[in-house]
Amino acid sequence: MTAGPPIPAHPRLGTRLAYRLQRVLRPRPGLRWLSARIEASGLVRPLFTTTERLTKDTLFGCRMCGQCALPVTGYVCPMGCPKELRNGPCGGVGADGGCEVYPERRCVWVEAFERAASQGRAADLQLLHLPIDHRRWGQSSWLNYWQGRDEDLWTGEAGGTGGTGGTVGTGETVGTGETGDTGDDRHVPHRQHVLGGP
Amino acid sequence: MSLRDRLRAGSFAVTAEISPPRGASTDPVAALATLLRDWVDAVNVTDNQGSNVRLASWAGSLAALQAGLEPVMQMTCRDRNRIALQSDLLGASALGIRNILVMTGDHPKFGDHPEAKPVFDLDSVQLLWTLRHMRDQGAVLSGRALKPPPDCFLGAVENPAAPPAEFRAERLGKKVAAGAQFVQTQFVFDVAAFAQWMTQVRDLGLHEKCSILPGVGAVRSRNALDYMRDKVPGVFVPDDVYRRLRSVPADQTAAEGARLAAETIQQLRDVDGVAGVHLLVAGNEHAVPGILDEAGVTAGRAEYGR
Repeated sequence: MTAGPPIPAHPRLGTRLAYRLQRVLRPRPGLRWLSARIEASGLVRPLFTTTERLTKDTLFGCRMCGQCALPVTGYVCPMGCPKELRNGPCGGVGADGGCEVYPERRCVWVEAFERAASQGRAADLQLLHLPIDHRRWGQSSWLNYWQGRDEDLWTGEAGGTGGTGGTVGTGETVGTGETGDTGDDRHVPHRQHVLGGP
Repeated sequence: MSLRDRLRAGSFAVTAEISPPRGASTDPVAALATLLRDWVDAVNVTDNQGSNVRLASWAGSLAALQAGLEPVMQMTCRDRNRIALQSDLLGASALGIRNILVMTGDHPKFGDHPEAKPVFDLDSVQLLWTLRHMRDQGAVLSGRALKPPPDCFLGAVENPAAPPAEFRAERLGKKVAAGAQFVQTQFVFDVAAFAQWMTQVRDLGLHEKCSILPGVGAVRSRNALDYMRDKVPGVFVPDDVYRRLRSVPADQTAAEGARLAAETIQQLRDVDGVAGVHLLVAGNEHAVPGILDEAGVTAGRAEYGR
């Protein structure tokens, strides 16, 4: 929850199942319509948000940042990193993969890499996550996701310079993390113009 | 020749790290800069290293600059939000500080104010991206124009030895994509492991876009050795290095540490794609001339009068 400090959490949802659910729940017209109705309702919206909070807190140690990165982090929440790093691990990871702040817990990024790689999704970790919007804490990220407001959370632009990673954000990846109408993996989020050139 | 020009020219560069004093005087920084200016191309001025309060990095950087040694101003994401970080870049650039080293920063837990609020509003990749944007697009994150935009040479850090090993070179790739023009690494004690990482770096072509300066430390005492091995996050001291430094009498640890550093520099120099070395000698700056002399990398410092 947002009140406590970030603590690395081990996800309770299996990796394979998580990616399966991702395919089912990716934004589509039906979900977009439904989420708009939920958002419009003063009664249902808070109930829905609470449901999301309880579900994702149990499964991922979610803190409700409102801009979910899970689809491209192997379903390990980066906001559980004590430094809330969204672009990969810091340099303080222990030799055993332990977090430098909570050595008895595993670094979320070590776990994210293992889980993503186990499903052939290691390239997801090359995506460049843009600075988050702190006004969105406490909001439902599911509604934001289905409404297409998450499309500027990360970009594939960066990884391309990595050489092998030219295809960061494989079509598969982007389809899951972006809105339904941006199927191509060179999609440049609209915040890109603010954050820097090609 | 500036650090940027030296690296562009492809000649071997040497940087060293100093920490500003815990006190309201820049004299200690000026003294260290005077000591080091004949030996290194630039000096890193740490940003509240280890989450302990010290004189501001920008002030220490300015003092080094005025003492005739080019500074590398370190900037962590721990203590300032995106507004303050952008403001600091403008201030540094206006004062003539060109080299900026961006890093996440140690968690406050490890310092003298463990109760402090950890900021981490941006991470190091996002900060690099932000600073590059300010320089190249001439605007802050909000889109407002900068007149004039800052001039800066952007650096990053990486720890080749930390898990997940398979991701470390790619992580540098993210930083290069975000704007890193040079990278200084965490302590390299295991040259073979570093060379392995460099193979991945070369495979990604990163060494052609970003100058790579591995970090070399000079262990000065048994206490420092133990502290480094057991207490500093992300520093890995291999057993053979540990044994070597413990095998000499305690009063010769510093000399042996300097010898090891010189040997490490020579070995790193032969690794394809290495652009220079970064001496992690904060608190042990006086060892620098001896180490560089023994490593035989004093050539090229002639413009400083040697």
